[in-house]
Amino acid sequence: MNEKLLLEDGTELEQVFCRPDTLTDVPYHYCPGCGHSVVHNVLMEVVDELDIQDKTIGVAPVGCSVFAYHYMNIDMQEAAHGRASAVATGIKRVLPDKLVFSYQGDGDLAAIGTAETIHTVNRGENILIVFINNGIYGMTGGQMAPTTLPGMVTSTSPYGRDVHMAGYPLKITELIAQLPGAYYVTRQSVHNPNAVRKLKKAVTKAFEYQMQNKGTCFIEVVSNCPSGWKMTPVETIKYLEEVMFPYYPLGDLKVPKE
Amino acid sequence: MEKELRTEEPRLMKGNEALAEAAIRANIDAYFGYPITPQSEVIEYLMREVPNRKDKKTVVLQAESEVASINMVYGAAGAGARVMTSSSSPGISLMQEGISYIASAQLPCLIVNVVRGGPGLGTIQPSQGDYFQATKGGGHGDYHLIVLAPASVQEMADFVFDAFRLAEKYRNPAMILADGALGQMMEKVVLPPDGGLPKTPAPWATTGKTKDRNHNIITSLFIQPEEMEKVNLQLQKKYEDMQSEVRWEEFQTDDAEVLLVAFGLSARICQKVVDLAREKGIKVGLLRPITLYPFPYKRIAELSEKVEFILDVEMNAGQMVEDVRLAVEGKVPVYFKGRMGGMISTPEEILHEVESILEKQNVLHD
Ligand SMILES: Cc1ncc(C[n+]2csc(CCOP(=O)(O)OP(=O)(O)O)c2C)c(N)n1
Ligand code: SF4
Repeated sequence: MNEKLLLEDGTELEQVFCRPDTLTDVPYHYCPGCGHSVVHNVLMEVVDELDIQDKTIGVAPVGCSVFAYHYMNIDMQEAAHGRASAVATGIKRVLPDKLVFSYQGDGDLAAIGTAETIHTVNRGENILIVFINNGIYGMTGGQMAPTTLPGMVTSTSPYGRDVHMAGYPLKITELIAQLPGAYYVTRQSVHNPNAVRKLKKAVTKAFEYQMQNKGTCFIEVVSNCPSGWKMTPVETIKYLEEVMFPYYPLGDLKVPKE
Repeated sequence: MEKELRTEEPRLMKGNEALAEAAIRANIDAYFGYPITPQSEVIEYLMREVPNRKDKKTVVLQAESEVASINMVYGAAGAGARVMTSSSSPGISLMQEGISYIASAQLPCLIVNVVRGGPGLGTIQPSQGDYFQATKGGGHGDYHLIVLAPASVQEMADFVFDAFRLAEKYRNPAMILADGALGQMMEKVVLPPDGGLPKTPAPWATTGKTKDRNHNIITSLFIQPEEMEKVNLQLQKKYEDMQSEVRWEEFQTDDAEVLLVAFGLSARICQKVVDLAREKGIKVGLLRPITLYPFPYKRIAELSEKVEFILDVEMNAGQMVEDVRLAVEGKVPVYFKGRMGGMISTPEEILHEVESILEKQNVLHD
């Protein structure tokens, strides 16, 4: 930062903005318009601003963000599908002074990893869980997730999710908020700049709470999957606002009392 | 393997407890586990003892499942900690996913399997029915664990040190494979010295990226086939190097005409068979593999040149016998004697087997 750049004509330019050191120089593999990349940016910007790159250890899931460790320039571990919060528990327990977060999709966190997720929060593990809810299995080609909305068409609910057959969308974040181990539970999104700013505030708070040993912080980000939803990025924003948010209302579910 | 100087008086301890005490003395950073008979004393002992050791910062956590336990082990091992878990057969089956990931990510750790009868929920009685699972991978993919098979309470304790030494040397998960009887029985044991196992540096671990190095990544994902093949070949090279760690014990094999091969508790019983047979003038010897992976193929091949036949004795339907046959390559007959379901062959039963094979062979010779 603040490096001087000398142009050919002799003009001196001061660099006032650049890629933070907390992001690697590797281009994202995400589909155009996908929320994952924005959430990555937000997370690493916070790590940069709080100056905790050397203290932060991340756990990547199985899902589209499986390669998060290529992009986040911090020490990271890749976990088996659904097991990220157990892996994060293992790391945090042996390195209690470090800041640990897991980054998981809805298939990862709310299907195969339900047990690990609930018990990790119930123990009040002093970690941050970032939960990307795009209502679908992006990586494997758009199958139904536990969070898929009723009537939503996916490759394994080709006639729309039938709740009598497939059950109801799982509001896992509401469930998590009930647990005494959960300290701060919030639902955010990244569908517009204002939402991104709010998410950034939430992430900052979560890391600060972790520094104070407060217990589990859980941030759901209701996100999109243009490829899985078979929509253009712009259409997904409309779908988020009109269909997803009414079912998954944004805002805090549990805030510290003080 | 190196043996430490031991100054303490012998104690009378259960196998599971001796193992747990050895783990404390090996300065483990963490233990994650879930109760299952016949090994629950391991976590019970650690929960009871660790808080009383003022100098120990060991994490002991009862997880919600074996799936969670092994993934906690993965996380802690990836963060550079000396870490272990223990379970018994059905629980180890649940851990297989995590074990495969740990083997691929090349993390050192200790997994203890105090084996009970199976398949399925089976019985809580002792068995050696998990030999295949322990030595042939167990989970998906091409990998191996380092597998140590104790035959006494003393070794339940000693092998904790040995297993960590090997696991950390090769950055590979190690397993102590003991049948339920070894976990439950009480014997005299001289414990290894407290703090007698120096820590191995882990510059690859995720401890927080400092300015002077690139970020450390623990992963088992190698999506490009070229990359995956490279990792596979590297693993295979490591398994080849591990062959130099093969360990076994022999009893009266010098003049043996009949060779018994057995591991763990079966080997203890076979020692008695050797004595009984020799009293009757039958020259029986015993080879006991201590490492089940790597396996003493070469030594068994050598001995097979000198004996008339081999009798492999196990508490299962015949699993290690396949490795014995591989070693022997048909040079002499290899027979199998086993019992299952928690039943254990008596020395007399095994001796009877030896005698009836001898009789059959003599008929053939006549
Ligand atoms: C044990 C196991 N089962 C299934 C899979 C296949 N799989 C990979 S990613 C995935 C779903 C991921 O969906 P989600 O967590 O919602 O993340 P997204 O890709 O949508 O970001 C599945 C089922 C796997 N890798 N491992
Ligand atoms: S498939 Fe969906 S979740 Fe995955 S990168 Fe593409 S848009 Fe994002």
